[in-house]
Amino acid sequence: MHEFDLSSAIVQTVNKHAAGRRVTHITLRVGRLRQVVKDTLLFYLAIVGKDTPCEGATLEIIDVPAVLRCNTCKSEWEIEIPAFICGTCGPGAVEVATGEEFMVESIEVEDEEEAACTAPR
Amino acid sequence: MHRTKVRVVEDALDANNTIAGANASDFERADVTVVNLMSAPGAGKTTLLERALEGMAEEGLRVGVLEGDVQGSFDADRLSVLHIPVVQLNTDNGFGGECHLDANMVRSALPAVPLDDIDVLIVENVGNLVCPAEFRIGEDSRIMVCSVTEGEDKPLKYPLMFRACELVVINKVDLLQHLDFDVDRLEANIKQVNHHATVMRVSAKTGEGVEEFRAWLKALPARIAAEEAHDHDHDHAHGDHAHHDHADHEPATA
Repeated sequence: MHEFDLSSAIVQTVNKHAAGRRVTHITLRVGRLRQVVKDTLLFYLAIVGKDTPCEGATLEIIDVPAVLRCNTCKSEWEIEIPAFICGTCGPGAVEVATGEEFMVESIEVEDEEEAACTAPR
Repeated sequence: MHRTKVRVVEDALDANNTIAGANASDFERADVTVVNLMSAPGAGKTTLLERALEGMAEEGLRVGVLEGDVQGSFDADRLSVLHIPVVQLNTDNGFGGECHLDANMVRSALPAVPLDDIDVLIVENVGNLVCPAEFRIGEDSRIMVCSVTEGEDKPLKYPLMFRACELVVINKVDLLQHLDFDVDRLEANIKQVNHHATVMRVSAKTGEGVEEFRAWLKALPARIAAEEAHDHDHDHAHGDHAHHDHADHEPATA
């Protein structure tokens, strides 16, 4: 259900970096802990992106696994269920190594000229 | 037409977090501690506030409430008997309303909030276990209410929310005698996803456990101030003078 607002956030971020150029492709990096439903996100992106430079852009989502790290024993492991506990040391020093990402990784835009600016800021 | 790949690498929620940072600066300037109060619909946020905030001003803590709702002012009306500042914030923008508050919505409501007259601002978010956890509003602390009528497995289904909060209030414990509900299992599940969370069992209806919540709330401004001072020292020790932004992505620690 949060995918609508996440779509708006993506479109806002992408359009800022597109700086008026038409966007043909968007690559996102989404961590598993963000609980994002891909199909729903795609559905909403098409709606939210309409009449903006994002309209018609294809979308690629790079899944980032949920990986935890224990700061006591320094081990790292991937989780499939929400259990934030180290099997050896318990839950005390466990932190998320990856899986909380919600990034716009890159976009592909149409440029008028060959020499394109690839550094927006 | 030439196609160019543009490297972005930006959190899609940066725009929200930037505004949340501006809110946090305003709150800090006014010396107001801000709590983001979240729950599923009907868990008892408003009832808990009705019960817990009564007489708080006489005990030295001036609390104001920012009521987020999709529509209507039912909750704000209920709190009006407390004679504290209550500001209604409706999220209905003509398309049925948002399912959460974001930093910009809170910012738009701030002119109506008498920040100079309060010590703590409680922002009662829209009832929802998903979206509110993702949108920082400039708060110092995130807390949630879950109730014993919701199911013990909720922390495992909504880890995003349970991990975002430093205090989880289990409400409606007066109903336990009528229910087939294992409150210890709920607490174990909360601890499984958020070991650092403080957990309280209350009944906003009978008042059981509410005093503990009041005490937690009263101690909050001093604790947050101490944490900020510690962070400040920490920043200086590392030669980093960057403003500490509370709109971060780290799960809260108690």
